[in-house]
Amino acid sequence: MAQAISPANIDNIPTIKISSPRDLEEYRQALLAASDPNAPRIVVCCGTGCQATGSVEVVEALKAAVEEAGWEGKVIPSLKKTGCHGFCSRGPLVIIEPMDLFYQRVKGSDAAEIVNLTLMKGEVIKRLQYKPADAKEPVAKSHDIPYYAKQTRIVLENIGKIDPFEIKDALVHGAYKSLAKALTEMSPAQVIEEVSISKLRGRGGGGFPTGLKWESCAKQAGTRYVICNADEGDPGAFMDRSLLEGDPHRVLEGMALTGYALGSHRGYVYCRAEYPLAVRTLTNAIRQAEELGLLGENILGTGFDFKLTISTGAGAFVCGESSALMSSLEGKVGRPRPKYIRSVEKGFRDSPSNLNNVETFANVPMIVEKGGEWYKSIGTERSTGTKVFALTGNVYNIGLVEVPMGTSLREIVYGIGGGIPNKKELKAVQTGGPSGGCIPIPKKFLDINVGFGKLAEVGSMMGSGGMIVMDEDTCMVEVARYFINFLVEESCGQCTPCREGLIRMVEILTRITKGQGREGDIEALQEIGEFTNNFSLCGLGTSAANPVFSTIKYFREEYEAHIYDKKCPAGVCKPLFHYEIDAEACTGCGLCRMKCPAKAIAGEKKKPHAIDQSLCIKCMECYRNCKFKSIRIL
Amino acid sequence: MSGTEVICQEIEVDYMLLDRIINDDFGGNREAMIMMMQAIQHNYRFLPEPALKYLSQTIGVPLTKIYEVATFYASFSLEPKGKHIVQVCTGTACHLKGSYRMVEHICERKGMEPGKTSEDMLLTLETVNCVGACAVAPVVVMDEKYYPKADIKTVNEFLDGLNAQ
Repeated sequence: MAQAISPANIDNIPTIKISSPRDLEEYRQALLAASDPNAPRIVVCCGTGCQATGSVEVVEALKAAVEEAGWEGKVIPSLKKTGCHGFCSRGPLVIIEPMDLFYQRVKGSDAAEIVNLTLMKGEVIKRLQYKPADAKEPVAKSHDIPYYAKQTRIVLENIGKIDPFEIKDALVHGAYKSLAKALTEMSPAQVIEEVSISKLRGRGGGGFPTGLKWESCAKQAGTRYVICNADEGDPGAFMDRSLLEGDPHRVLEGMALTGYALGSHRGYVYCRAEYPLAVRTLTNAIRQAEELGLLGENILGTGFDFKLTISTGAGAFVCGESSALMSSLEGKVGRPRPKYIRSVEKGFRDSPSNLNNVETFANVPMIVEKGGEWYKSIGTERSTGTKVFALTGNVYNIGLVEVPMGTSLREIVYGIGGGIPNKKELKAVQTGGPSGGCIPIPKKFLDINVGFGKLAEVGSMMGSGGMIVMDEDTCMVEVARYFINFLVEESCGQCTPCREGLIRMVEILTRITKGQGREGDIEALQEIGEFTNNFSLCGLGTSAANPVFSTIKYFREEYEAHIYDKKCPAGVCKPLFHYEIDAEACTGCGLCRMKCPAKAIAGEKKKPHAIDQSLCIKCMECYRNCKFKSIRIL
Repeated sequence: MSGTEVICQEIEVDYMLLDRIINDDFGGNREAMIMMMQAIQHNYRFLPEPALKYLSQTIGVPLTKIYEVATFYASFSLEPKGKHIVQVCTGTACHLKGSYRMVEHICERKGMEPGKTSEDMLLTLETVNCVGACAVAPVVVMDEKYYPKADIKTVNEFLDGLNAQ
């Protein structure tokens, strides 16, 4: 009987200390020779989204199924766990290579079938395939799925392809190529020059030109520090985490390149402690890179040293602000300082410090590799390159989306996101995190192009890349209250406008949502908001009132309905609405009666039902489940 | 603060363990204080007062500064936590999909407040800003296990399980 064939394996290539850029290329070639791209492989997404839906169990089940099957005369398929593929709403995701076959919502119980049918016999399992909402036939290959096909994935290029815990796999996909290039062919000034040409702007929210920041830091005397802001605190944003968990070496290489450009030998990654997997992935990545001589002392034998350390935050949103972050890095409380002290001059340990966001660093290697001119050709004149968004909320396809700057909201929400589920109307898109703004749609802004300038023009901001889609069932007053309440809890409290302003605003907003709003509330909110935004110390405070401003500007009638009519048109604020069944539309199917946890609905079969208001707890179950839109919000 | 005598009240503190955390793992470096406190909390599930006093003496940071840090950062707790921890994600996506209803429900059922521990020390209820699993919102993390698309029923099943123990 023919023997089972073990697949080619990069694990057989020993780990060595690489002592020159040429040796790195040779090592890479050896790894490439040991990896067969056409070998059968099962790739399982193990990002946080897929893990939450059970991908770890899927991996275990697949492992067992592969071991059980007989592979006589065949190559045994290998199993690879990767970072977040980005199509989180369809998880757990499994991709069968080399066919690029895409399976979605896979369960452990599907494992035997995947191995015995698809891998053994090449048969496709229809039930696990993805079918877009409007299509008749499923899409077989992951590259043909509109959600992926409509994106420009250059920063996320390798995520989902590489095993984030194996540096050799990253090297096969080109990691540390740019670092070798810079160390041998470019002076530090040339690296800065390329980044300046690329017009790369900070991806953490501010949009400050990265080249300019580097230039001013490089000019300073003394020990300089390179700091990576991985304190991704915006709720609903998980771009940075996916990068760190899926392709950590891209970020580390970007930091090392920055270190080389600025003449710095010390780097710090400040990561949220709420991201334990990211911390583990990074720690492992740094250790592996040091073993190979790609980080640490005398990198690639060129004499350049760059030592990296990870520091974890302890749950403070304000630590995403650069000066607060540096103070936290010193083991202190994270309170921002006045902006006139520039951190490129006096930052961490009162030394010149260059802080960039995770995604900014992740852009650097390809700028060094392909040049600033190439990078500039993507995106718009003032916002170059791509941006990764975390598309969430009331939209079909939830997950990570990377598009060129300047892509329209319509393309993101409808083209890639697949539109709004349950036949609901799109009401607004919220960008920029808690201190961003709500852009009303479809009124007039569906075709605005997403970039730093355009979003600011309509009263929102780019922020770090959270994009939350809100449908008609969202109450904008409640949304404003939610964000301001978030900021109240996260304000560091050292300056009065932010600390007191936010508390007063949330008091007024809470009153309005409880039906106790009164004349003058809107004006009071605007006045306090202006005061907070104008006189706060740090970026958090000076943008804190944005959610209030943008919702008043675009949804004033909703505020007025709450205050004057004591009504919540969206049916969210409990004291301000009640449900009624439209007797004409009701078919008497009884679904709402069965779903109601409070037993507040009664009626005979095939006859209109009715709600007993004294029992109704306004839990939304009837409204959400009615197939005939006969539940009215009054 | 006087001398080296530290009285343990509620909890037995292992000073050898503290030494390992402070000196071996972090080299007694004051800049690593937040991470030392995280390691201490990881062991005891909260920050016991004697441990903080010992930390203060060992790295020479005044106890007031340590308390400043402990009360500033949301992840630190100065009170013992319950045997089981329920974290309801209240990030924007989860909030829009009604995660606050689960918070309200647990509070009502157990007669407690978010961020607090039930009287029987069985349960601590926490709200977290975002666990980054927005695609499967609303998410509840109960004893470190993620429950995607959770609802009041999911929470009730978990709570019923605790009562049965």
